[in-house]
Amino acid sequence: MTDVRSQGAARHRPQRRPARVLPAVPMLATAFLLLPVGAGVLGTLAPAFGVLPAAGVMQPGLGAFADLAAWPGLPDAVRLSLVAGGVSTLLSLAVVTAVLAAWSGTRTFAAVRALLSPLLSVPHAAAAFGLAFLIAPSGWILRALSPWATGFDRPPDWLIVQDPWGLTLIAGLVAKEVPFVMLMALAALGQADAGRAMTVARSLGYGRMTAWVKVVFPQVYRQIRLPVYVVLAFSMTVVDVAIVLGPNTPPSLAVQAVKWMGDPDLAMRLRAAAAAVLQLALVLGALAAWWLGERAVAALGRRWIAAGGRGRREVWARRAALGIAGLSAAAVLGGLAVLALWSVAGFWAFPDPWPSGLTMQNWTRHAMTLNATVAETAVIAAVSTLIALTLAIGCLEAEMRHGLRLGAAGLWLLYLPLLVPQVAFLPGLSTAMLLAGVQGGTAAVTAAHVLFVFPYVFLALGDPWRAWDRRYGTVASALGAGPDRVLWSVRLPMLLAPLLTAAAVGVSVSVGQYLPTLLIGGGRVQTLTTDAVALASGGDRRAIGVFALAQTAAALVPFALAIGLPRLIYARRGGMRHG
Amino acid sequence: MDEGLSLDRVQVRLNGRVLLSLDLAVAPGTVTSVMGPSGSGKSTLLGAVMGTLSAPFEVLGRIRLDGADLSGRPPEARGIGILFQDDLLFPHLSVGANLAFGLPPGLRGRAARRAAVDAALSEIGMAGFAARDPGSLSGGQKIRVALMRTLLSEPRALLLDEPFSSLDADLRAQMRTMVFARARARTLPVLMVTHDAEDAAAADGPVLRLG
Repeated sequence: MTDVRSQGAARHRPQRRPARVLPAVPMLATAFLLLPVGAGVLGTLAPAFGVLPAAGVMQPGLGAFADLAAWPGLPDAVRLSLVAGGVSTLLSLAVVTAVLAAWSGTRTFAAVRALLSPLLSVPHAAAAFGLAFLIAPSGWILRALSPWATGFDRPPDWLIVQDPWGLTLIAGLVAKEVPFVMLMALAALGQADAGRAMTVARSLGYGRMTAWVKVVFPQVYRQIRLPVYVVLAFSMTVVDVAIVLGPNTPPSLAVQAVKWMGDPDLAMRLRAAAAAVLQLALVLGALAAWWLGERAVAALGRRWIAAGGRGRREVWARRAALGIAGLSAAAVLGGLAVLALWSVAGFWAFPDPWPSGLTMQNWTRHAMTLNATVAETAVIAAVSTLIALTLAIGCLEAEMRHGLRLGAAGLWLLYLPLLVPQVAFLPGLSTAMLLAGVQGGTAAVTAAHVLFVFPYVFLALGDPWRAWDRRYGTVASALGAGPDRVLWSVRLPMLLAPLLTAAAVGVSVSVGQYLPTLLIGGGRVQTLTTDAVALASGGDRRAIGVFALAQTAAALVPFALAIGLPRLIYARRGGMRHG
Repeated sequence: MDEGLSLDRVQVRLNGRVLLSLDLAVAPGTVTSVMGPSGSGKSTLLGAVMGTLSAPFEVLGRIRLDGADLSGRPPEARGIGILFQDDLLFPHLSVGANLAFGLPPGLRGRAARRAAVDAALSEIGMAGFAARDPGSLSGGQKIRVALMRTLLSEPRALLLDEPFSSLDADLRAQMRTMVFARARARTLPVLMVTHDAEDAAAADGPVLRLG
């Protein structure tokens, strides 16, 4: 070895001279995620402890917390956050596990898979309205059953939607989180050698579901831990769904905090900051509890696996799994159908199952507002997605060219804006932006959206990007193409379909954002989501139908394009049809 | 020796561990075969010659092509063409666009480039295929296009990475003959990595065993 070097042989790293901008992109993206979240949390902590210089408040102390503790609704609001978040996360994970254990790899499962993307892209608020329109006392289900089965000729006085226990809220969250957890689990499943592991386990006499839970689940769960944490943090602190489906006397903690934030009374704003800090602490506590729970379940699971039970009677469990998943899909899709119906309904008396006439009047009545809102929503979604996509491509390209791979810490960072409750850092971020002289207009809202769009875009693009056969790049280089030409003429065109899918994911995430638009926009920026949620208290079902449906379309159309465009563009390229 | 491809005391290391260590010279118009079981460093060797190994890999020694040291040059500036086991025609481009991708940028003008592509297609008996989808070609046609795409880029050496192992026996002999003949006609030094003894025998050149 030394011999080689003493002969004067060149010692070199066979790597090209790095370009100037590209290697900095991962750092830029990191800063982009870290700074706003950090500044935002600080900007929320300060007023909670009595420091809000912008409003001339300088009374460091725990006054705001004492004020919050004196609020009689606090125990219920806290309980609601914990129960709704914990139960809906547990249920979503259980449903996904049961369906995958019972059906993955079968033909039935192909149908489940096909439903996934559309279900996922339905915005939370629209799904929540749809569920409410289905199951409310005057909702479609009771109409369909009345009066012949129930005897009702007017809606019963039942508190189904906005029930004080938050059951409807939990149902709405589960219906929306199941597709998300399922998608993440499927991506993880692709990396586990599930097929052969299942064959081995079943040849040892294990039933299908038992085999899957004992052999495959541990591998899958390891990969979806962070997404599950995101679901937990999100469900505990969600605002738009909770406004529509959650109780309001008192509402969940996050909803109440947002209400206080909008109060002109300064004391209320300080109380809001204290509530946001408490919400952050609750999420951290819940995450810690979940983490401990993982360990306990793992220990019990190991004993269960070691006991060697084969679990034979699984027929009913398999059907139940499919039934529950089907129910949650039906809740979203059925809800959309009822929303669509209301958006064109003329007179519709209870208990008629159908409106007595259909009309476009509801749409024309709102056309003016709708046009402006659709344009605003589209601009924010398009620009934030474009920025996120550029950052994601930059990060992945830097990874490919310079080996700057996102480590485990980087992955946590990516999930940071999704783990820290929005209500705990967006108010502070808005204060920080005001201090920095940024007015809360469309541009500020767009920048805030990037925070939430980027992680999803990066996750959606990362796997197909890394799965791309790098030998195509080698061949192109050998033909004389530099790294930029390889990127623009080979890699990006070949990855058109995943790029468009990632863009569609980005658009649907942006369209669905409620709090960032509300808080960073300072109430001056209106999107389909803020407009739809603002209608919740009014009870104008036709207007809600119109806006919720427009919101859904805004999220769904890009998905349709992402599926259709590559087929059109590469209609005559057989090699582009798969993968 | 100034002509051809030479590896002068080349070592590839990963975190200090020596993966590969060899000395060899491939004369123009000849084929040198490198054989060895999987894991013996065949693809590492190709990576070192192509310049696609990046940190933490280290390449020591000199790799020369026609006397020029390739150390530190990026793959696109080495003048080395490569054919893999799979044709790796770009699936989003037509057959003609795949060939044009290999044409040097110095050949200017749409008509001139088009003519060069058409001439190349005729040379491999595929005249009129320019607008075709690579996905619609037979296995043999794909390999011919891939070879022609590489040759159009005017490489000064050719690497073959188990280029025939995905073909059935009949086609394999045919393609081997074609690739070797065209490389000889252009007096290219060829370095072939293979695990097939027949490939090495047909190459009719020096055989190096790794591992």
